[in-house]
Amino acid sequence: MSLLALRAVDVAYGDLSALTAVDLVIEPGEILSVVGANGAGKTTMLRAISGLLRPRAGEILLDGARLDRLPTHAVVEHGVVQVPEGRKIFPSLTVLENLELGSYTRAARPHRRESLERVLALFPILAERRGQAAGTMSGGQQQMLAIGRALMARPRLLMLDEPSLGLAPKIVQEIFRIIGEINRAGTTVLLVEQNTRQALTLAGRGYVLENGRVVLTGAGRDLLDNEHVQRAYLGM
Amino acid sequence: MSAPAGRGLEIRGLTRRFGGLVAVSRFDLTVAPGEIVGLIGPNGAGKTTVFHLVAGYHAPNEGSIHFDGTSLVGLKPHAICRLGLARTFQLVQPFAGLTTLENVMVGAFNRAREVGEARRRAAEIVDFVGLGPRRDVPARHLTLPDRKRLEVARGLATDPRLLLLDEVMSGLNPTEIEAIIGLIRRIHARGVSLLIIEHVMRAILALSHRLVVLHHGEKIADGPPARVARDPLVVEAYLGETSEAAAR
Repeated sequence: MSLLALRAVDVAYGDLSALTAVDLVIEPGEILSVVGANGAGKTTMLRAISGLLRPRAGEILLDGARLDRLPTHAVVEHGVVQVPEGRKIFPSLTVLENLELGSYTRAARPHRRESLERVLALFPILAERRGQAAGTMSGGQQQMLAIGRALMARPRLLMLDEPSLGLAPKIVQEIFRIIGEINRAGTTVLLVEQNTRQALTLAGRGYVLENGRVVLTGAGRDLLDNEHVQRAYLGM
Repeated sequence: MSAPAGRGLEIRGLTRRFGGLVAVSRFDLTVAPGEIVGLIGPNGAGKTTVFHLVAGYHAPNEGSIHFDGTSLVGLKPHAICRLGLARTFQLVQPFAGLTTLENVMVGAFNRAREVGEARRRAAEIVDFVGLGPRRDVPARHLTLPDRKRLEVARGLATDPRLLLLDEVMSGLNPTEIEAIIGLIRRIHARGVSLLIIEHVMRAILALSHRLVVLHHGEKIADGPPARVARDPLVVEAYLGETSEAAAR
C-alpha cells in the first residue's frame, strides 16, 4: 500500500483555484520531488497534506485512512511532518529548545533523548551551537535546525519546502546530501524545490505541477531528460 | 538615464562590528562606471552588511565609501539614493495594497517633482521590466517572480547610475532565472552599473565582469569570474565539490 495518496484533490483560496484534481502517491521509502513554477501549487499541496488547508474536493489518505479531516497537530502525531519554506525556526529560543519543541508529540516525546542523539550526529554544527539563540545562526545552519526539529517528531513522511532557498552552493550540496542520508535511514521524503536539477537528481520519482495540475510524472532521471522540463524548468 | 562619467563606487578599508562580531573587516571594493560586479560568499559572510553600509542603513566603524567622488559615510539612505545609488532588498516587501504602478511611483518620486511626472516615469519602468500587463494589479496579488521584478523596478525608478541587487533570483526556478538575467542585461544596456549579490552561480558567472568573494567579513578573491570560480580558497569556502557542478 502507498504511504500517502492524494485522490482528485481540489484546493482553492476563495474563488481562486490552487489545485485541481491532483492525484499523487508516495511509496514507503522513496524520495519524491515535486517541481514547477512559482505559483504552480507546490506549497499549497504540502499545506493541504499537513492539514493547514482543507481540500474542497477529493481525499488525502495515509496508509489508506483519511488524513484530510484531521487538524494539523494530529497529522504530525501520525508522522507526517513539514519543514516550512523559509525555515520558521523560533529565533529567540536556543538550538536545543527548538529541537525539543519538535519532539512535543505524544508519539515522539518518549524517544526525545534518542532522537536528539540522532539529530546531533547528523548535524554536528547543532551540537556545537546547542546553547545559542537560533536566530543568530547563518541561513544554512537555520535550515539544518529546521530539518533537525522535524526529525525530532520522528516522521515517517518528511516534507521539505524549498530547503535550498537562499543558501550558498556548498551548503545546498550539504543539505541535499543529508536529505539522501535521512532517506537511506528509512524516512520517506517529499521534496518541493525550485532547484529543479538537484531535486530531480536526488529523487527516485518526480511530479511536475503546472497551474495546480499534475502535467508530468516519472522517474527523476527521465524528467531531467524531458524536453518540456528542460525548457520550462531547467532554463535550457 | 545618461550617466555622467564618474569614478563609480570606491570602498576602502571598510569595517563594521556588531558587539564582538566583526561582520565586515578592512574590505576594499570598486565598481567602475559601466561595470557589473558579482559579490558572493557563504551565508553570514557579510554581503548584505556591505549593502547596508553602502546604502546608509548602517554606519561603518572604519573605512571610506565614495560614489563618484562624494563620501557616503554619514549620509542618510534617501540622500544616497538621490546621488544615484539605489538598492533592492532580499525579502521583497512591496506596499501590498498599492498597485504595481503605484509601488514604482514611490521610487520615481526620488526625482519627479509632481505626480504626473512620477506616473510617466513609473509607467515606462513598469513596461521596461515586463510588468506592463500587471500594472494596475495590487502588489499582494503578484507571483514571486513578478514581485522580484517589481523590487527591481522600484530601484530603477529612482534613476540610479549604480544599482545594488540583493538576491533577486532566490526562490526562482532556472527558467525564471534566465528571464531575470535578460532583464539585468537590459538594465546594464541603459547605462546602469550593477553590484549583485547572488547564490545562483550560473547567473553570476554569466553576468559579472568581475567577481568578489567575501568570507567571514574578509575579501578572499577579486578577479575575472572564471578564474575566481576555480580558486581553491573559493571552492573550499563557498562552492564545494567542483565549481562546474555549482555553476549548472
